[in-house]
Amino acid sequence: MRLAARGVRFAILAVVAVFFVVPLLWLVLAPTKSDAGLVTSHPLAFGSLHQVVLAWQHLDAFSDHLYRAWIGNSLLYAVSATAIVLATAVPAGYGLAFGRFPGRRAVLSLTLVVMIMPAAALVLPIFLELDALHLIGSSLSVILPFAFYPFGVYLAYIYYATALPSGVLDAARLDGCGEWSTFRHVALPLAKPVVALVLFFSFVADWNNFFLPYAVLADSKQYPIQVGLSDLLSSTPSFNPAVGGGGQQVNIFRPELALATLLAVIPVAIVFMLSQRALVRGLVGGGVKE
Amino acid sequence: MRATRNRGTRGGPGPLFLAPYLPFLLVFGVLPMIYAVGLAFTDGAGGWAGFRNFTRTTGDYRFLPAFRHILLYTSVWLGLLVVLVVGLALLLHGRANRVSATFRFLFYIPGALAGASSVLVWLFMLDPSVSPGSFLLRHVLGSELFVQSIAPGKLPFIFAMIAFWTGAGGWIVVMYGALNTIPQDLEEAARIDGAGPVTIALRLKLPLLRKWIAYMAILSFATGTQLFVEPQLVNQASLGLVPDTWSSNQLAYQMAFRYGDFNAAAAISVDLLAIGLVAAVVIVTRTGLFRADD
Repeated sequence: MRLAARGVRFAILAVVAVFFVVPLLWLVLAPTKSDAGLVTSHPLAFGSLHQVVLAWQHLDAFSDHLYRAWIGNSLLYAVSATAIVLATAVPAGYGLAFGRFPGRRAVLSLTLVVMIMPAAALVLPIFLELDALHLIGSSLSVILPFAFYPFGVYLAYIYYATALPSGVLDAARLDGCGEWSTFRHVALPLAKPVVALVLFFSFVADWNNFFLPYAVLADSKQYPIQVGLSDLLSSTPSFNPAVGGGGQQVNIFRPELALATLLAVIPVAIVFMLSQRALVRGLVGGGVKE
Repeated sequence: MRATRNRGTRGGPGPLFLAPYLPFLLVFGVLPMIYAVGLAFTDGAGGWAGFRNFTRTTGDYRFLPAFRHILLYTSVWLGLLVVLVVGLALLLHGRANRVSATFRFLFYIPGALAGASSVLVWLFMLDPSVSPGSFLLRHVLGSELFVQSIAPGKLPFIFAMIAFWTGAGGWIVVMYGALNTIPQDLEEAARIDGAGPVTIALRLKLPLLRKWIAYMAILSFATGTQLFVEPQLVNQASLGLVPDTWSSNQLAYQMAFRYGDFNAAAAISVDLLAIGLVAAVVIVTRTGLFRADD
């Protein structure tokens, strides 16, 4: 009886696991086949590495290395925004955790509310604002909004408030450290775990963001990869039969589109696997009221 | 940073530590909201418009269908999330550690695909000619062709499935983590009292998850109403079969980009902002999951 219950439990989990894993497996295998091969062979069969090379050549040739430009843009946007996030969030989290000045509660509450609010709700308002400031179309119109990352501030705040005893800071002050050097020499070096966490979340959020760059950028050469993928989708004849010459001129078919998607995911997937443990701790520890 | 020296005897960092962050909070958090509200209540020439932009947009023939779409989508998604995430977390929690860790990892990896990537993967999965699930597509969805898979009536369910695929793993991990905070001896005591695993799951574990379930539900509701990428890409892949105003955010986007009617776009954005704001305030003030004081 117990054995049967265990079997059922395992079976349920296994079926769910198939649902989560098979689409990814398909995505990894798809570029090894030609477009015709995708239709004729078993969906989860392996084709050949030669096809992957071919698919990459087609993808890379698309609009004069546009794909590389998209990846480069994504890196530029995500890395520079994340750098600003770190530079602003760590001191802010520290100030919010230990400061005793008027307005501290207000900033903290505001940060919390904006952090929990879905980011997409702010995209059009930000677009309208940037448009009024004539900032639309520059890379700053992506980087600066990305650099506002209240969740990073909250993570730094919760880390300092729970993990750093204020006695440590008092000791530094007794040793004659000013507020700045207490932060610089005591609090900042201790922030390593939270820096990793903020870095991860901010980078992934920026890398995967679609709506904001889609709204504020007009030139496809400036697109980050997520928006670029939608451009590729429009150039794939099986999803858009209106593509000129059945797609022969652009040479973008399903294997190329699958490869483009796969390559776009790899940077995030690597970081994801590396930081799984820290992530879980951060997600659970960060939210629980002590 | 000199000014921080001139502080009272209690010490502690001064407001200057917030100086680098505050401009971002103001310019990309607070001001856009104020500006959107301002636009929503004025007309093209900058004059006061009262609620005209709101009545004008709600009266638009695409407004109600768009809201119906996102409400249906959000309800399906919420149902899936609450039932399956909680169910799976409870199933996992009773298992041997290594097995459970492997499953959690497998459920979690699709989370790396968000934005356009996850939608593209599912466009492939929904194409019966290449999908590994073509059997299911033919017999459950009844579609022989890709366009039949993305028929408008099926979309709320399909978007809910995509969102579940990318997001559920993360929530399962969170719920599992919350379950781990239950003291061992509490479970032990229940077992000695003769409670079976099902009773323990329903009577002991489930109530302890209540806060987290509320958080997940409110947050997902707010996020669900803002749907944009999924219908936008499906619109591109469907040759206009699916309208580019399927969701409310798309409608707001089209108001701004196709018609240059920023006041109407702002009015719809303010409707959506209000949903997001209310949800966020409820989470902060009611669930007690986030601390904003000492």
